[in-house]
Amino acid sequence: MNCILAGVGGQGTVLASKLIAQAGLSSGQMVRTAETIGMAQRGGCVVSHVRTGKRVHSPLVPIGQADIIIGFEPGEAVRNLPYLKKGGTAVVARKAVRPVTASLTGSSYDGSDMLAYLEQHVERLILVDGEAICEAIGSPKVLNIALLGAALDPLGIDAAQMESVIRASVRPQFVEMNLKALHAGMNAARKE
Amino acid sequence: MEKFLMGNEAIALGALDAGVGFVSGYPGTPSTEVLETVAKHNDGSIYVEWSVNEKSAMEAAAGAAYAGARAMVTMKQVGLNVASDPLMSLAYVGVKGGLVVLVADDPGPISSQTEQDTRTFAMFSKLPVFDPSSPEEAYAMVSQAFELSEKYGTPVILRSTTRVCHGCATVNVQERHEPKKAEGFVKDTQRWVIFPRTSFQNHQKIEARNPVIGKEFCSSPFNAALHAGTGRKGIATHGINYAYTTEALELLSAEAPLLKIGTPFPFPEDMGVEFLQSVDEVLCVEELDPVIERALIFLCGKYHLPTKIYGKLTGHIASAGENTVEAVEKALADYLGVSLPAAAHLPPPPQMPVRPPVLCAGCPHRASFFAVKEAMKGRKAVFSGDIGCYTLGNAMPLDMTDTCLCMGAGVTMAQGLHKIEPDAVNFAFIGDSTFFHTGIPGVINAVYNEHDIVVVVLDNSTTAMTGHQPHPGTGKTMMGEISEKISIERVLEALGVKSVQVVNPLDLGAAKLAVTRAAQEKGVSAIIFRSPCIAVVKPARPLAVDAEKCVGCKICINKLGCPALVMESGKAKVEPGLCTGCTLCSQVCPKKAIG
Repeated sequence: MNCILAGVGGQGTVLASKLIAQAGLSSGQMVRTAETIGMAQRGGCVVSHVRTGKRVHSPLVPIGQADIIIGFEPGEAVRNLPYLKKGGTAVVARKAVRPVTASLTGSSYDGSDMLAYLEQHVERLILVDGEAICEAIGSPKVLNIALLGAALDPLGIDAAQMESVIRASVRPQFVEMNLKALHAGMNAARKE
Repeated sequence: MEKFLMGNEAIALGALDAGVGFVSGYPGTPSTEVLETVAKHNDGSIYVEWSVNEKSAMEAAAGAAYAGARAMVTMKQVGLNVASDPLMSLAYVGVKGGLVVLVADDPGPISSQTEQDTRTFAMFSKLPVFDPSSPEEAYAMVSQAFELSEKYGTPVILRSTTRVCHGCATVNVQERHEPKKAEGFVKDTQRWVIFPRTSFQNHQKIEARNPVIGKEFCSSPFNAALHAGTGRKGIATHGINYAYTTEALELLSAEAPLLKIGTPFPFPEDMGVEFLQSVDEVLCVEELDPVIERALIFLCGKYHLPTKIYGKLTGHIASAGENTVEAVEKALADYLGVSLPAAAHLPPPPQMPVRPPVLCAGCPHRASFFAVKEAMKGRKAVFSGDIGCYTLGNAMPLDMTDTCLCMGAGVTMAQGLHKIEPDAVNFAFIGDSTFFHTGIPGVINAVYNEHDIVVVVLDNSTTAMTGHQPHPGTGKTMMGEISEKISIERVLEALGVKSVQVVNPLDLGAAKLAVTRAAQEKGVSAIIFRSPCIAVVKPARPLAVDAEKCVGCKICINKLGCPALVMESGKAKVEPGLCTGCTLCSQVCPKKAIG
């Protein structure tokens, strides 16, 4: 299973990829990941690669080989769409993150073009209203776990397994909040 | 015990298992987590420090190794340039306890100034080098590197690259963390005091030793000649490219004899020759420099072999940048004459948003840059920058970084710029950690040679870009101990800087006034803009825009470029999840609409 997590620095892609990796490990698979750590974490484009299976060579997913793309932002999902294999699933947050460059140039970027493009070119698209979930839970920081929840099915990870991974990986005071976000994401995906 | 580790963590645990007793370094992407992981697992038996710069780190580690301890020093590739003076000499003097020099290279580059290849540096310094292809191999190489270092009494380089450093994999680690006993320093001036005559003798020994190590490397588990298939077209590769190559061959359903080199210097010649004799051609799949390619060409010349060598020098592999599985797949398909699997063709996407990294919302550097920009409006001024988060001050709309070269260069470059163009006001922006790293000698040079510059220290009380490491101004060490805080203003005063102002940059009025004053001073003047990095302090209440008062002039957005400010339905809007309440925008708003 090859998964790409694409977003903007600061959105929590690294934690989400770590949780997917841990779930893979706990079911006895070989796992390799690659992270973007460095300058891009300051609001630039970040991509995490997670690969699980019997045998994995490269930590980077080759173009056209991703089973799933988790897009934390519509534009970043589109930017990384060439990674998605035919028939793959994209789980994408609806809300656009407007870069400073767009605000400065007065570009009207709001992600709607990107969502339309995704709807046209992704066979299995799950759009998640991450903003509403974050608002309901009361923290802008749980978008990553909400998206992870929405992606659990296509990732082939069952809820109980991910719950125990979250309990083991997240600081105790944040566990409940993240579990809520996980389930909100799962429910959102079911409604799609 | 099996652990899922990032490459850098694997290297750290490898060092612990090898009995390392002393670890020093300076943070730099992608190397930083190695030292941090050692510190995290330290039971108190290992000495760990963030040194003030890579040269200090190298020298301190060399001292520990002279005294017989196993020592490791960590840095990124450009850090090795800073540490090259001690390392070049250390190569001649040698060590007693094992010394592993961990250097992380950055193909791309993703977070660096250069794409230099530490394998080439190893050849230049005549030091053995290991080049891991995975976190698992990186772990295994550390103990081998220590063994080799002690066997031959030489520093050994372990160089890794981003995808190994920041890739995670399952590593089988031992858990014995006992620093190897150190005998203590044994005086021997013939050995430890470098002199021209001993250097001549040591140079002879090094030249005699390296071919011996090259022979030893022929049986290293990190080198392999894998004879798959019966083809006469071979591939030579290294590091993470070995993984890309293996994967690309699988995707192409192709086979080829493969030479994997994990110890590129001293090159395992016999192994190379045997491989060259088994094939007609070799494609070298490398990142950064064509090190293996040149070594194989050299062997073809030395042994009159007819084997053809392809790679970066022949345009078969990209000369710069990071490789990927698909780039390697394409190169291998062309080389082996097999067809590439059909790629899915997506129609071109709508115009993508450009998303360069930016200063965070609420970053005090934004306020500092803006104050200088406003105060210097209409004046001829040049802004020298330096290495750190504040390099991002170059982005529009701030546009406040005219030069950036290497750690500490801003302060000194401003001096040269001003001498040739004395009618400009020359500012040098430097972060607090960079000030301690290499900034101080530049200030001394300015005072001593009577230069006329304004030094602006952007003091956010941390080493922010690499993930918030402590430094001499923070009063904390890597061991978590409280140390004497070194006061930047007192350092500047002691160096003879007559005008030193300390200002909170988030008070825009006071900050602009300080800049105007400093620019009027003759000679060296300094401003310390002091406000903590917003990533390490609790944010203040987010601001909001009063839509009644906002006239949609966009002044806040166009002047500050803060990621928390956006336009919505013709009015400015503050993103509450991003805003840290720094109030800079409310100070800039002509309608007092933000509060």
